[in-house]
Amino acid sequence: MTVHQLPQLDAPAGRYRMLRLIRGFEELALALVKSGTIVGGTHPYIGQEAVAVGVCAALQPQDRITSTHRGHGHVLAKGADPRRLLAELAGRSDGLNRGRGGSMHAADLSLGILGANGIVGAGAPIAVGAAWAARQAAEDRVVVSFFGDGALNQGVLLESLNLASMWRLPVLFVCEDNGYATTLPASVAVAGSALGRAAAFGIPAADVDGMDTEAVLAAATEATARARAGQGPGFLRCRTYRFEGHHTMERRAKVNYRSAEEIDAWRTRDPLPRAAAALTPEALARTDREVAELLADAERFALASEPPDPAGALDHLYASGLRPRAGAAV
Amino acid sequence: MSILSYTKALNRALVDALATDPSVCVFGEDVGAGLAGPTLGLQQRFGADRVVDTPLSEQAFTGMAIGAALSGRRPVIEFQIPSLLFLVFEQLVNQAHKFSLMTGGQAGVPLTCLVPGSGSRDGWAGQHSDHPYSLFAHAGVKTLVPATPTDAYGLLASAIRDPDPVVLFAPAAALGVREDVTWELAPVPLGSARVHRAGTDVTVVAVGHLVHDALAVAEELADEVSVEVFDPRTLYPFDWAALAASLERTGRLVVVDDSNRSCGIGAEVLATAAEEMRLIAPPRRVTRPDGAVLPFALELDRSLQPSRDQLRQAIRATVK
Repeated sequence: MTVHQLPQLDAPAGRYRMLRLIRGFEELALALVKSGTIVGGTHPYIGQEAVAVGVCAALQPQDRITSTHRGHGHVLAKGADPRRLLAELAGRSDGLNRGRGGSMHAADLSLGILGANGIVGAGAPIAVGAAWAARQAAEDRVVVSFFGDGALNQGVLLESLNLASMWRLPVLFVCEDNGYATTLPASVAVAGSALGRAAAFGIPAADVDGMDTEAVLAAATEATARARAGQGPGFLRCRTYRFEGHHTMERRAKVNYRSAEEIDAWRTRDPLPRAAAALTPEALARTDREVAELLADAERFALASEPPDPAGALDHLYASGLRPRAGAAV
Repeated sequence: MSILSYTKALNRALVDALATDPSVCVFGEDVGAGLAGPTLGLQQRFGADRVVDTPLSEQAFTGMAIGAALSGRRPVIEFQIPSLLFLVFEQLVNQAHKFSLMTGGQAGVPLTCLVPGSGSRDGWAGQHSDHPYSLFAHAGVKTLVPATPTDAYGLLASAIRDPDPVVLFAPAAALGVREDVTWELAPVPLGSARVHRAGTDVTVVAVGHLVHDALAVAEELADEVSVEVFDPRTLYPFDWAALAASLERTGRLVVVDDSNRSCGIGAEVLATAAEEMRLIAPPRRVTRPDGAVLPFALELDRSLQPSRDQLRQAIRATVK
């Protein structure tokens, strides 16, 4: 087993490697959901990898992110150990959150990952608060809030845009517009537009091809530079697509809200082949092999990790160590 | 000796916390002007970057306080109206409270919510007269309801130092309470009750401003029945050991609680006492009615809140 190293996303090869890692991680998670090793399912990020990788490639280690229910890509691109993330998904004691969070709450505060989040839009004000604290302490720190097009209709996101703009905070709002809030198309859910919302609060916004890692990186670099220079928040609307369902349970539910033609059309824009073009065939083969080994190692690590002891089910409920009463008198 | 008002005590606790700990900051509506009282003068003394006037965006500034807390700050949020807590139940319960467990203990969220003016304020009607402390106790958020100025100071001081989210309800009906203070103000540990008056026949558990009503009724009935007035001060975590000790002395229990009856804190106190403690008579509680919404007219508003007359009857019923 190798020691986890922070990803190097500053060169195209490193970015391809991360795209490949996220894709492979999500495919492995799908298999482990199917086999019953991961309970509760996942929200697969397959198809959207360019957004996480392009944005995180523009970040510094001290920068922070808040993520979403579809958060594995963000968490990995910000540097989380795939072994511990997979162990978390499997509910094991060596997971990032000691098996207490699972897919929707994966966090690693030591890396500035303030958590995936089960509530749409909920990460936005947390990101604003982290940025406020950074500014107040004169720390060089940008905070990214990832959210989907579904969050465009959450009031708290609009409140957060207002506060960030009013106070010129170093926040980058990243809208991953995959076109659907679960099954509801954005075309019948979002009046106005994502960019219109940013403009309404005086936040510079860019419309970005979210299937193109380099385009996302370029836009994120510009926005984070502005934020670091004290010029306030930025907003990226990254047009992207998830190749899988909203959640793994969709496979069983047999819902049909997207045509095969639509999905196939988006698959032709898969961000991985585009990024792979930057590598020599030898480098590509080597990277793919290394990522496959890393994921095999992650799977071994996760499966070897013990489930947490039920006696500790309420450990960590209070940071003060307060022990709550049990549910039944003994 | 000096006279300390309840609101001034809250103000003193905020001043002392801001002065001694640079990570403490205050968010809220009209906190710069100090409109509600406890934040008066703070912005002039500590600056607008530590005492922050927020727009009317309760959900965002509560979420913001969480982000700041995860970044090493100890934010205090003032909510001028108790019902605003309904808007931010998501941020306080679903985010702040759950964060420590869900992250496997990576971080707590040291966040204090201060509600100066909880419960009825006479004539503020249906959406400004709630007293929602039982909801937070039910959710497991540390919940404080001080009755006196010195406890208001001490509990707010402890809340700000606590590594978890805490909500402190300052009952509107207690804001006028003043106290002669001859001692140094000091933090009061969370989870410790206070017996205001010792007695041998009945324990009256009184929450917040109702402590003063219970003391008045105990005095009135002194020739008839010996009432112990028990102020939990913290509703969650509740000082069950102190209550058990009190019931060892009295064996009879009345709770007076300005919550709606069903699932209010009074119900929890009665249930726990019935399960685990010494009771020689059926316990009683005096509360708002089930599902109460306080109507506007003063006569109607008062008619739904626990009254001294109801308390007297409940005490007499337990010693019959």
